[in-house]
Amino acid sequence: MDTTFSQAAWLIPLFPLAAFLLLLAFGRSSRMIGVLLGSVSSLAGFVLSLLVLIEHMTKGQHDYQYAVKWIDTGSIVFKAGFEVTNLTALMLVVVTAVSFLVNVYSAGYMKGDERISVFYSYVALFTFSMLGLVLADNMLTLYVFWELVGVCSFLLVGFWFSKPEARAAAKKAFIVTRIGDAGLLLGILLLYWYMPDHALDFVRIGNAFEGGTGVIAASVTTWIAILIFIGAVGKSGQFPLHVWLPDAMEGPTPISALIHAATMVAAGVYLVARTFDIFQASQTAMDIVAYIGGFTAIFAATIGVAQNDIKRILAYSTVSQLGYMMMALGLNSMTGGIFHLFTHAFFKALLFLGAGSVIHAVHTQNIQEMGGLGSKMKITAWTFGIGALALSGIPPFSGFWSKDMILNIAYHEKPALFVIGVVAAFFTAFYMARLFFLVFMGKPKGERHAHESPPSMTGPLIVLAVLAVVAGFVQTPWNDTLGNWLTDGAEQENGGGGLVMVISAAIGLLGLYMGWLVFVKGMISRDFVSSRAPWLVRLLERKYYIDELYEAAIVRPLRALGGLLNGIDDYVVDGLVRAAGGAAFLIGRGGTRMQNGQVQTYGLITAFALVILIAAVALRRFW
Amino acid sequence: MLSSYLTMAAILFCIGLYGALTKRNAVIVLLSIELMLNAVNLNLVAFSKYGVVPSLTGQMFTLFSIAVAAAEAAVGIAVLIALYRARGTVNVDDYDEMRR
Repeated sequence: MDTTFSQAAWLIPLFPLAAFLLLLAFGRSSRMIGVLLGSVSSLAGFVLSLLVLIEHMTKGQHDYQYAVKWIDTGSIVFKAGFEVTNLTALMLVVVTAVSFLVNVYSAGYMKGDERISVFYSYVALFTFSMLGLVLADNMLTLYVFWELVGVCSFLLVGFWFSKPEARAAAKKAFIVTRIGDAGLLLGILLLYWYMPDHALDFVRIGNAFEGGTGVIAASVTTWIAILIFIGAVGKSGQFPLHVWLPDAMEGPTPISALIHAATMVAAGVYLVARTFDIFQASQTAMDIVAYIGGFTAIFAATIGVAQNDIKRILAYSTVSQLGYMMMALGLNSMTGGIFHLFTHAFFKALLFLGAGSVIHAVHTQNIQEMGGLGSKMKITAWTFGIGALALSGIPPFSGFWSKDMILNIAYHEKPALFVIGVVAAFFTAFYMARLFFLVFMGKPKGERHAHESPPSMTGPLIVLAVLAVVAGFVQTPWNDTLGNWLTDGAEQENGGGGLVMVISAAIGLLGLYMGWLVFVKGMISRDFVSSRAPWLVRLLERKYYIDELYEAAIVRPLRALGGLLNGIDDYVVDGLVRAAGGAAFLIGRGGTRMQNGQVQTYGLITAFALVILIAAVALRRFW
Repeated sequence: MLSSYLTMAAILFCIGLYGALTKRNAVIVLLSIELMLNAVNLNLVAFSKYGVVPSLTGQMFTLFSIAVAAAEAAVGIAVLIALYRARGTVNVDDYDEMRR
């Protein structure tokens, strides 16, 4: 058994790390150095990842794990290491591929920015962290990288920190995901407490929970799974912690593509897939995952219909698609979740980069101010269209196959979730149609001289468009390649999904057709809903008032509590300190006043002091 | 008997203390200090006669103390004269070099 490349997999994250360090040291010297180092390092990582993947595909199932001693506390030894499984190999390729394309794309998109080297160093740091997260062989190492990607996300969302919205969004992203991280940490602690030998590596976790018989009590298992899932909810923008993801669109668009669409937000899904044995051991946890996922899918899709910011629409669509992935995992289909993650990474990165290209050309993000860009930006329009079709689930584009697979599983397992999934798919297709037609069709508005973006931006678009078309063919109802490979034949496609396939394709087409009717033909008035039910439109525009609810229920009381505590600190604690200082100061000043050089004053004070002393000694007798 | 001597000495001491602390004229301050000294001498004599263990030591000590006090007064007056020559005043309020 040959594992040459797998053994060298630990090198993959080191390329971007090296790029980060070099940029930190020499980034100021030249504007091009960032582009060069970022692209080269991610390309190197991509090549190596691809070799690892090919090795895993051709030579069958052989996980490679290697760990070194990290922290030795005497009784307990924590290890740090890496593990290459089929899932890991796949994720490595996805992350490095998107990272490389985004690096190339950013060369055009961020060209005018003064801090382009800083930008590239952050991206490199992010890529390093994400790859570390993917390769981590135990929960503790994973958690370290998990927090690192969170920091990178914070840095990049707040990259244009002179904008107050960007600052607020960065803080929001960080704080909201922290809530999930706290859950994950508790989950890890619980796992550590109950695991035999306090082992935290995935191999032994898998063994302990295999088949659900469990060394660990069922209730504890459920709790561990739920806590880990809370971590995933925070990172993957699932309801109710989804609020940070749309706001995170304040960051530069390539970042939205890389972090907030293709890779980091998928980390939650990856985490659940990585610890899938725990989830499989607890049906309750699985149901929670499935229903939260399903609810998020339809919830975010409906919001997407009423938004006007091109990136926010895509952000809500990301939230919604992540919901699909969670739903698939909750329905006991790791293949479905990972497959959708895989295809989604490509077409959503494509859509975001396309949106970036549009924003680059017209300098606005409001789709109501765009129009008729299709004729001016042919490449962007075509590739964006492919991405939109993939997202809408139109055959034969990649999104169709993965979404169809999830719907098919839902159809067999939980029909209620199947209905939710189909409705969400309709909304998805509808808002993508709305987005596409408003931006690329119709009459031009506002910016007259929009033009196509430079080749460094259109190149990645074309590559991603190709991937968005073909990526779905790794797993079709007739062809179980991915599922067999990923789960070692444990999961079989339910098969016979002909009906579901027809429904899923039809619903996507129906959504697009409705969008076409409304926004191109005008057969249905655009005010059809808003004139009849303005409250509904407002509800969707305000995102179900979730932000307002959190503001009133959580942020305000916390602020008030913070203010109160701050007051206590200022007036009580600081007051005591100031009183102590003030007393010493007053005594000192009294002392200086007494020291006036007059012998008689000194004598008087001495005499008084003596009297007091004698009085004190005399009075003590009577006590 | 003892207490009347002691009261007498205490009154003398207080008068001396009052004078030493309040008078502006350095000569009077010096005199007041002598008064306090004599109050102490009076105590010594009173104890030597009426104390728990009467003995002559107290009286001897008083004589010794008077002799020393005479020398002290002479030195004190000499210092005062030197000060007066240097500063042109005998007002103790002006003698505030210790502050500087």
